[in-house]
Amino acid sequence: MRRYSAFAIARQAFRHHEGWERAWRSPEPKARYDVVIVGAGGHGLATAYYLGKNHGIRNVAVIEKGWLGGGNTGRNTTIIRSNYLQDPSAAIYEKARSLYETLSQDLNYNVMFSPRGVMMLAQTEHEIRGYQRTAHANALQGVATEFISPRRVKELCPIINLDGPRYPVLGALWQPRGGTARHDAVAWGYARACSDIGMDIIQQTEVTGVQREGGQVVGIDTTRGPIACGKLGIVVAGHSGVMAERAGFRLPIESVALQALVSEPIKPVMDVVVMANTVHGYMSQSDKGEMVIGGGADGYNNYTQRGSFHHVEETVRALIETFPIISRLKMLRWWGGIVDMTGDRSPIISKTPVEGVFVNCGWGTGGFKAIPGSGWAMAELMAKGHSPLADAFSLDRFREGRFIDESVAAGVAH
Amino acid sequence: MSLRLPKGGRLIDRDKRVVFSFNGKRLTGFAGDTLASALMGSGQRIMGRSFKYHRPRGVVASGVEEPNALVNLGKGKTHEPNQRATTTEIFQGLQATSQNHWPSLSWDIGEVNALIPRFLPAGFYYKTFIHPRPFWKHVFEPFIRQSAGLGKAPDPKLQDPDRYEQFYAHTDLVIAGGGIAGLQAALEAGRSGAQVILCEQSAHWGGRAPVDGVEIEGQPAEVWIKNAVDTLEKMENIHLRLRCMVAGVYDHGYVLAYERVSDHAPQDDVVRHRLWRIRSRHVIAATGALERPLSFAGNDKPGVMLASAVRDHVVNYGSAPGERVVIVTNNDDAYRTALVLAEAGLTVPCVVDARARAEGALPKAVRARGIRVLAGMGISNIKGLRGVVAAQLCRQDGAGEVIEDVICDAVAMSGGWSPVVHLWSHCGGKLLWEKENSFFRPDPDKPPTDQNGEGFVICAGAANGALHAGQTLEDALNSTRKSLQDLNMPVSDQAFLKVSVPEEEKLEPVWIMPAKAGPKKRAKMWLDFQNDVKVSDVQLAAREGYESVEHTKRYTTLGMATDQGKLSNINGLAVLAGALGAEIPQVGTTTFRPPYAPISMGAIAGEARGALFQPLRRTPIQGWHEDNGAHFEPVGYWRRPYCFPRKGESHRDAVNREILAVRNGVGLLDASTLGKIIVKGPDAGRFLDMLYTNVMSSLKPGKCRYGLMCSENGFLMDDGVVARLDEETFLVHTTTGGADRIHAHMEDWLQCEWWDWKVYTANVTEAFAQIAVVGPKARALLNKIGADIDLSKEALPFMGWAEGRIGGFDARVFRISFSGELSFEIAVPASQGRAFWDKLLEAGAEFGATPYGTEALHVMRAEKGFIMIGDETDGTVIPQDLGLDWAISKKKDDYLGKRAQERSHMADPERWKLVGLETLDGSVLPDGSYALDEGVNENGQGNTQGRVTSTYFSPTLGRGIAMGLVRHGPDRMGEVIAFNTTKPAAKGAAPKTIKARIVSPVFYDPEGEKQNV
Repeated sequence: MRRYSAFAIARQAFRHHEGWERAWRSPEPKARYDVVIVGAGGHGLATAYYLGKNHGIRNVAVIEKGWLGGGNTGRNTTIIRSNYLQDPSAAIYEKARSLYETLSQDLNYNVMFSPRGVMMLAQTEHEIRGYQRTAHANALQGVATEFISPRRVKELCPIINLDGPRYPVLGALWQPRGGTARHDAVAWGYARACSDIGMDIIQQTEVTGVQREGGQVVGIDTTRGPIACGKLGIVVAGHSGVMAERAGFRLPIESVALQALVSEPIKPVMDVVVMANTVHGYMSQSDKGEMVIGGGADGYNNYTQRGSFHHVEETVRALIETFPIISRLKMLRWWGGIVDMTGDRSPIISKTPVEGVFVNCGWGTGGFKAIPGSGWAMAELMAKGHSPLADAFSLDRFREGRFIDESVAAGVAH
Repeated sequence: MSLRLPKGGRLIDRDKRVVFSFNGKRLTGFAGDTLASALMGSGQRIMGRSFKYHRPRGVVASGVEEPNALVNLGKGKTHEPNQRATTTEIFQGLQATSQNHWPSLSWDIGEVNALIPRFLPAGFYYKTFIHPRPFWKHVFEPFIRQSAGLGKAPDPKLQDPDRYEQFYAHTDLVIAGGGIAGLQAALEAGRSGAQVILCEQSAHWGGRAPVDGVEIEGQPAEVWIKNAVDTLEKMENIHLRLRCMVAGVYDHGYVLAYERVSDHAPQDDVVRHRLWRIRSRHVIAATGALERPLSFAGNDKPGVMLASAVRDHVVNYGSAPGERVVIVTNNDDAYRTALVLAEAGLTVPCVVDARARAEGALPKAVRARGIRVLAGMGISNIKGLRGVVAAQLCRQDGAGEVIEDVICDAVAMSGGWSPVVHLWSHCGGKLLWEKENSFFRPDPDKPPTDQNGEGFVICAGAANGALHAGQTLEDALNSTRKSLQDLNMPVSDQAFLKVSVPEEEKLEPVWIMPAKAGPKKRAKMWLDFQNDVKVSDVQLAAREGYESVEHTKRYTTLGMATDQGKLSNINGLAVLAGALGAEIPQVGTTTFRPPYAPISMGAIAGEARGALFQPLRRTPIQGWHEDNGAHFEPVGYWRRPYCFPRKGESHRDAVNREILAVRNGVGLLDASTLGKIIVKGPDAGRFLDMLYTNVMSSLKPGKCRYGLMCSENGFLMDDGVVARLDEETFLVHTTTGGADRIHAHMEDWLQCEWWDWKVYTANVTEAFAQIAVVGPKARALLNKIGADIDLSKEALPFMGWAEGRIGGFDARVFRISFSGELSFEIAVPASQGRAFWDKLLEAGAEFGATPYGTEALHVMRAEKGFIMIGDETDGTVIPQDLGLDWAISKKKDDYLGKRAQERSHMADPERWKLVGLETLDGSVLPDGSYALDEGVNENGQGNTQGRVTSTYFSPTLGRGIAMGLVRHGPDRMGEVIAFNTTKPAAKGAAPKTIKARIVSPVFYDPEGEKQNV
């Protein structure tokens, strides 16, 4: 792989950029791989990358039904934070956040991680108590957060309206090293790095079946023929239930549409990410200048990647109250993604009833921020059969009642 | 230079001058002008700067698709960024400023980017700015952010003064587009009796036909259009809206239309934008087509415009981009522009036609006027720094060797037309590539489908690929008839209208001009004008493996500007297909999503803003709270008094005073927000036995019982007191926040699982005002105002209830207590609530009756060790954790949550259990603090053994008290454990810890002597 740098660009500039090589190869599938990952989104690609980097497993294929990074990795609002309440959540999200800090250097691909700070507004007495609890939990979890005053909120985000008639801002939980990254670049950077260490990324290929012998996975059927494998990782977000069925087990997952939208670009007015859970909305400003907006998930199950107007309306109302200037901006683009939700709104990173098949799903509305940590944990689980980051997220927890419920800390999609 | 023609302009009124300003310069236009036509008429060629390279740009289009001429409009409160000059109608005093430059539009420092585009190819930022690591956040990114963005944000200190509203409508048909196709569709639908809403995004009916010289039934299109509109206006079933754009089509025939009511004539008290929310059986998209640019070197320079836009400006507004206009095309339609220009007295030095032959009727007509037509030719380059100076011609099939320089000051280009298929696609309609015309059009076999699996969007006219005016009307009539037939409505037998327009020869697809252009030229051919995406960028993306059209779009930002690819997508797609050696339909399109063009956030929010942005629920006593200085806290949609501070009192002082008043005298609480649900029917008891963990069916009429409700997963979700009103009727009290949720929960089970049980539920929360009269003097107060109920301990004991009259009011009295004091909760009809409250206050003066708020309520319940849903519970807590085993029936076979509570983790003896906590120094433990344990876990996180769930200063006890969950807590009474804080003991030091002793959670009156009197 030729390294990316300003010098490389300068060198290429004099050849009219005709000498750049492919970011990732587009190979024919081999007959057998040690590990096959289904799903070339951020989580799948990161899993493959850390299998190679941390565990030396490089005979790996990542199979993708559409185009890599085309699911929720490319449809989210790019927020990265780890101010979670429960220990297992804080552990994996903070692992992810800390990997994001150096991901551009690690991958030699600028994923534009920007720790511009994330604040979650407290707008009721109950929310204040909730965030103070999170701050106390975070202090023990090694996650740097603090509860800040309304005055500090205004300093950090001058366009905010502190004194709305209904829900004045009473404070906020502030994570200064939270922020955003360029979502597509995360998928592309991992894909390029995987390809570089010899892994095959096979796009436009659907996995249609899972071959088993005596309760053990031996291969998969695809639209381009069968492929043998030693282990299989299913990392397909919204379609996890469908893939699990093909592998012969069921998952406690529901799929719903989550919508987001952006305004037309304007000059910088907002440095930080603000989430307002009581009124249901969050906003940040992208490097392009667009105000990036998200809210709650739709109330009914579906697979269509489009949602209803009503949630967008509710979100925009909430944000006009919080940031009155957006009233005179225009909504430019609006899209939906299908998110996979578990009963406790926490992910599943787990072995499955089929020996050799592992599943990573259920990230719901908050998966982007977890990508590096999720890949790290999933790779460790697949390579060693155990990962401290993943153990609490096993499928067993639903049978045992060992839920990891974050709803008290995150009342809004994120 | 651009100019105003001495005559012409069908949409302007030359007798009415309109004064406006651009960048502070006073300019004049005419009534009917758009900002773009007025600026063009004033000789203003540069109107904006591009996004990435900050290149100077002029107007290129004539509608919402305009990517270049975006301005800041208005000033102060009415400032609005990114307004398209082409869709902004001018009015007296309009103020516009150009965007995205510093220090000025003509001299922009950002233009240095334009000098080094070679070093800034697509995606350059992914390949650089990687080292050193902190530089991204602190150096590179701030620089990129400053140079990106377009318009200026409104001033956050000012409020949007305008009003926005939303209208709701149900109709048979929404027709999007008021061109001749839309009018034809409306006429046919109108005759059938269908209810129709016809929306036209511009200020004028008729669309392009009058500009294109179409004749209908032997008369100019304008005449037919006028007659059609007159006819439609007389039809009661037709609703016509101008300046109203159909923005989106959603599942189940849901349509959003965005009406710009007063943007063209701002007035106080007139709503600015109106969002129509329409449920329509069918949608007819008569949305026309958009012209495509041609990709030649320098095609972004000010003065290069779409041929149709040049024609629009000349015919509609009498404005022209130049005096000598070269036409470059791959089709016959652009020749109309040559004719229009010649007619207006302007010079057309030549028409450059990339096709080998140009022998159709229109080229012939152009030749007949003595205009040179150069077939097989293309443009090699546009000369000029800040605008067109000359077009350099070359052979289309070559590499761009210049044959001739043609002096000109404008270029009109046409790369063919693309039907506007957005509304077809929003809800999943598929497209097919029509090779003959080189465009995507709706695939009639794959329409967006409704709830019955039937197509509900129909494209009509040009939007359906019927570009030629003759076909347009025919197609519109056919499409409308098909729609009406699907809706079981009559269709007319009217014949197709006779349309006369010159025949057109086929276009020749030209995606790169000239065909064999080298890399240097390709790096100067713009595809996406605003985002500065060039042919070379798309080819680079393909070369680097970003082969999916979505990858290319995201890598290059093609089609992601404010025009959402309306001009660039098809050209970009074709270049990508060329680079991949694939056919265009194999590459596919990106997804079309609402809105068709950007709509204001204000319109999306509508009237719901300020105090009414969410519904506001008021108790019957709310007015008194407001008049008496209550400090409110939001609880759901309610606003409940937190406390009633007196002059000079802090909130804390007020809370302490209120508590002591209750404990020593009598207090009054407005408990009207408490959820009240009637559960009635022969199976009501059985139903409540399933809902609650304890037995409710055994409750006797006249009695109350406290109960716990769990989710299916076993977690405690609500608590409250149930009163049995009669054999078949129960009154269920829920928490304030839980009322609606619990009612829905009940209905969920009744409708989905136990639909055969004879139970009826009704949420009667707002039917009653409920006032808690609490404290040792409560009975005395009630006896003073007089009751026909015996309120004595013997007649109405704790957990009893009775019905009668108190103080002259019909009332239900519940002997329940959340404070540990003698307490009567009294419900009266909502309409009597305020009068009853006033009466209690007046009569209570001698007892020191004191209204108290939610905080006093919370402190008192904590003093008494009562749990609070949302404090002691968080969705992970089961009743067994809270020492509430006594409220869980062992006898019942089942209740919601029972099975879940038997799972191994739920029965784990290591679960944290409820205790009381007292700090050793009497201080108040911080909210949410954790009890520290030794060591760290596998992930390096500090171990814990419990946490604080509620913590207050107790004025009754004069010290801090807390409740918490602690591992083996109830077995560790008296033990001292440490809690963490987030405050360091000293700067840089580790956070402090606080020591607390584990005690009983009941701090006050453990024997219950006070409430039981």
